[in-house]
Amino acid sequence: MNISLSVNGETRYGDVEPRVLLVHYLRDALGLVGTNVGCDTSSCGACTVLLDGESVKSCTVLAVQADGHEVTTIEGLAPATGDGALHPMQQAFHEQHGLQCGFCTPGMILAAVSLLAEQPHPSEQDVRVGLEGNLCRCTGYHNIVKSVMAAADGVVTP
Amino acid sequence: MIGDRLLRKEDARLVTGEARYVDDLQIPGALWMAMVRSPFAHARIGSIDASAALSMPGVQHVFTGPDLRDAWINPMPCAWQVTEDMKTPEHWPVAIDKANFGGEIVAVVVADSRYAAADAVDAVVVDYDPLTPVVDLEEAASDQVVIHDALGSNRSYTWTLAPDPAALDQAFADAAHVVRERYVHQRLIPAAMEPRGVAVVPSPYGGDITLYSATQIPHILKIMTTATCGVPEHKVRVVAPAVGGGFGSKLDVYAEELVAVALAQRLGVPTRWTETRSEAGVATIHGRGVIQEMEMAADADGRITGVRAKVLSDMGAYLQLVTPGIQLLGAFLFAGVYDVPTYHFECTGVFTNRTPTDAYRGAGRPEATYAVERTVDALARAVGIDPVEIRRRNYVQADQFPYQSAGTLLYDSGNYEPTLDQALELIGYDQLRAEQQRRRDAGETKHLGIGISTYVEMCGLAPSRVLASLNYAAGGWEAATVRILPTGTVQVVSGTTPHGQGHETSWAQIVADRLGIDPDMVEVLHSDTAISPVGMDTYGSRSLPVGGVAVAMATDAVLTKARLIAAHQLECAEDDLELVDGSLQVVGTPTKAMTLQEVAFEAFSAHNLPDGMEPNLHAQVTYDPPNFTFPFGTHVAVVEIDEETGQVDLVDYAAVDDCGNQVNPMIVEGQIHGGIVQGAAQALWEEAVYDADGTLRNPTLVDYCVPSAAELPNFRLGSTVTPSPTNPLGVKGIGEAGTIAATPTVINAVVDGLSHLGVTDITMPATPERVWSTIQAARGTGEVDQ
Repeated sequence: MNISLSVNGETRYGDVEPRVLLVHYLRDALGLVGTNVGCDTSSCGACTVLLDGESVKSCTVLAVQADGHEVTTIEGLAPATGDGALHPMQQAFHEQHGLQCGFCTPGMILAAVSLLAEQPHPSEQDVRVGLEGNLCRCTGYHNIVKSVMAAADGVVTP
Repeated sequence: MIGDRLLRKEDARLVTGEARYVDDLQIPGALWMAMVRSPFAHARIGSIDASAALSMPGVQHVFTGPDLRDAWINPMPCAWQVTEDMKTPEHWPVAIDKANFGGEIVAVVVADSRYAAADAVDAVVVDYDPLTPVVDLEEAASDQVVIHDALGSNRSYTWTLAPDPAALDQAFADAAHVVRERYVHQRLIPAAMEPRGVAVVPSPYGGDITLYSATQIPHILKIMTTATCGVPEHKVRVVAPAVGGGFGSKLDVYAEELVAVALAQRLGVPTRWTETRSEAGVATIHGRGVIQEMEMAADADGRITGVRAKVLSDMGAYLQLVTPGIQLLGAFLFAGVYDVPTYHFECTGVFTNRTPTDAYRGAGRPEATYAVERTVDALARAVGIDPVEIRRRNYVQADQFPYQSAGTLLYDSGNYEPTLDQALELIGYDQLRAEQQRRRDAGETKHLGIGISTYVEMCGLAPSRVLASLNYAAGGWEAATVRILPTGTVQVVSGTTPHGQGHETSWAQIVADRLGIDPDMVEVLHSDTAISPVGMDTYGSRSLPVGGVAVAMATDAVLTKARLIAAHQLECAEDDLELVDGSLQVVGTPTKAMTLQEVAFEAFSAHNLPDGMEPNLHAQVTYDPPNFTFPFGTHVAVVEIDEETGQVDLVDYAAVDDCGNQVNPMIVEGQIHGGIVQGAAQALWEEAVYDADGTLRNPTLVDYCVPSAAELPNFRLGSTVTPSPTNPLGVKGIGEAGTIAATPTVINAVVDGLSHLGVTDITMPATPERVWSTIQAARGTGEVDQ
């Protein structure tokens, strides 16, 4: 099937099998491999991207369902200033040591961006509940919560 | 520098998605492999009909075990022959005539694409003849059904540490208190967030291959590729690109790696495979799977006089790389932090028809610590004193270090009681006890439980001669190279292989600290055997106390040479030079100086070096430590238990750890946070559940309960610093400590919270159903359904 969608601000046209998952379209057809696949049951959230600004697990969306929509992946999150500047959420994860192996990180960051878009001033518990669909095996979440709170300019527990 | 909370050099590529994991690699012309796996735990393999699969679009080949038998010169490797008479079953990457666990590979589909390969798996028709599965560990040990006919028994080995049996018997005979406990460590699925992946690219000429793998051990994998596939070692390059966590599960040589090498060689094209998460549940090693019988003798005051531990360890169907040795890593630690004069440990390794077990974060030490710390709580109950007091009475005291343990180890350094004091302070122990009592007095149904454990572990694997005495096949040294390049930047080549631990940052700090330069001037190279040919890789919390020390020593060797060059050119005695901000200055004459960059350029140009000196400024050091290191600490957990539903919530947690000097406290804390959660997850949530047929019921993340942020509190961290005297950095290791401490801490809290109801034990994981039925049983109103 022919699809056209906006990915990181750029219109992309594709001819995909109806069964192809959005995450595989992004990774295999567009080479946007920053979006990781951590499971096959929509459990881990590593593949989280923004679809029209809201977080979705891109293993749970068919590429054809994204036809006509806007997708933002981790590669498109930072401002395209060309100077290596990071999005505030990426910067916060760096400054608060919110990542270790980094595999869950792109999905976690996009889920956190979406969370703050809905809830600009969350409590730590709001962040914990809001990120329930994104698993991390390295950090124990402590510093991920701090990262999101810092990005929200909220109160960070030491 | 050392001791600074330097932000990580690794982060930029990870937060932007620029890092490349194995599955991210673009490899033109690669064929995708998919594995046909046995759905039976134990079955003879009859005919395999691949015709339907081969007729599907994009499918190129289907290979069976017999098809591939000649592809390997040796079976899958086990590097740890723990006893002379250990029984090792033959283990080929693709089963030949019998499948011995659900998930064992019986055929390999090779296709043009990931989807085409996956589609064809179900079209391969395998004629299985199911056999009686051996699932239960104790039943397996009874040999009613023997899994590997050629071995004649399911018992692989029995390993014993009995330093003084007569003294031990006397201690138990004389004891005022003897507590006997039985503990079961359920099987755990490591669940690193990146599933495994492998890609093999054969060179079009010369027979070279490049093996990309999501592995913790590129160096060991290179040797084992030669040993199994017969590719000469100098023709093999192993690259571990970005690796998404390991926790021991990527400390292995896996069938899929050896299949990919064999097929890339046979077909002459690149081959690749990426594990699915559901596949990982059966195809990647499991952790724990241990039953412990623990006995502790004590005098009337609760002073421990002897420890006897007997362990059954579930090997699974085969011995993977270090499967039989895992419990040996805890074998010496069943007296923990306590001054115990007599000791006995024995472990029997037993085969079952389940996924092989192997190293999982902590590897043997969580098991030992759990047994000790739970039994000490049981002893406190028997003596009638607080769990804090029983520990204070038994700690090895600060003035006893280095401490020769009855378990035959020499603990390098320690000071245990301050970690307890600080942890109690952080958590507010006295207030919690008061609140616990208030709730009980008020008849409330949400109980508070407070659990404590003080642990010591041995890490930094090394020393080679000790590993030799345990029959481990390899050494424990680590290599590092430091080069000051002609333009003044520094390259460090590390033999350790990070996969989340932040070596690029920490090693840069070590070098920058010693050279007096900016850490941004230091680049750390690793995880590619073409760049870093010598190394022993990352596991067992060894990277810093072995590899980091090697980096420091290589830096010192470079600096020694730099001083010789500077003294020669500045025409002064070497002793007259001091290092100030990356510059070698004549003491008292700062104008007479050379920067390290100038020295490096002089070493490169070689126009004016001391007579006989080799050009260039680099050094390689291989460091083999004289002893393990012994990190320690005290953790305290607070749980809230709903008596009516059995729900346990982890509501507060304090951890005070001592890993000697800290290079980067931010990274240390991160390791502890993650470790705590993995340990707490064993206590409360995670278990690989098998049915009677030997089928894993919960291979996916839907029902294997890796915790999310919502189940967890923030953590209160403290630390003390007791440097290791055995290495020049005074460091220990912190990768596993959190996991080692947390499991007994949390379970002790659950038992403590229900102790007034008569509960003395709870099986892990302490799920609501188990907690509820345990309460009913303690009240005499129901059976325990464990």
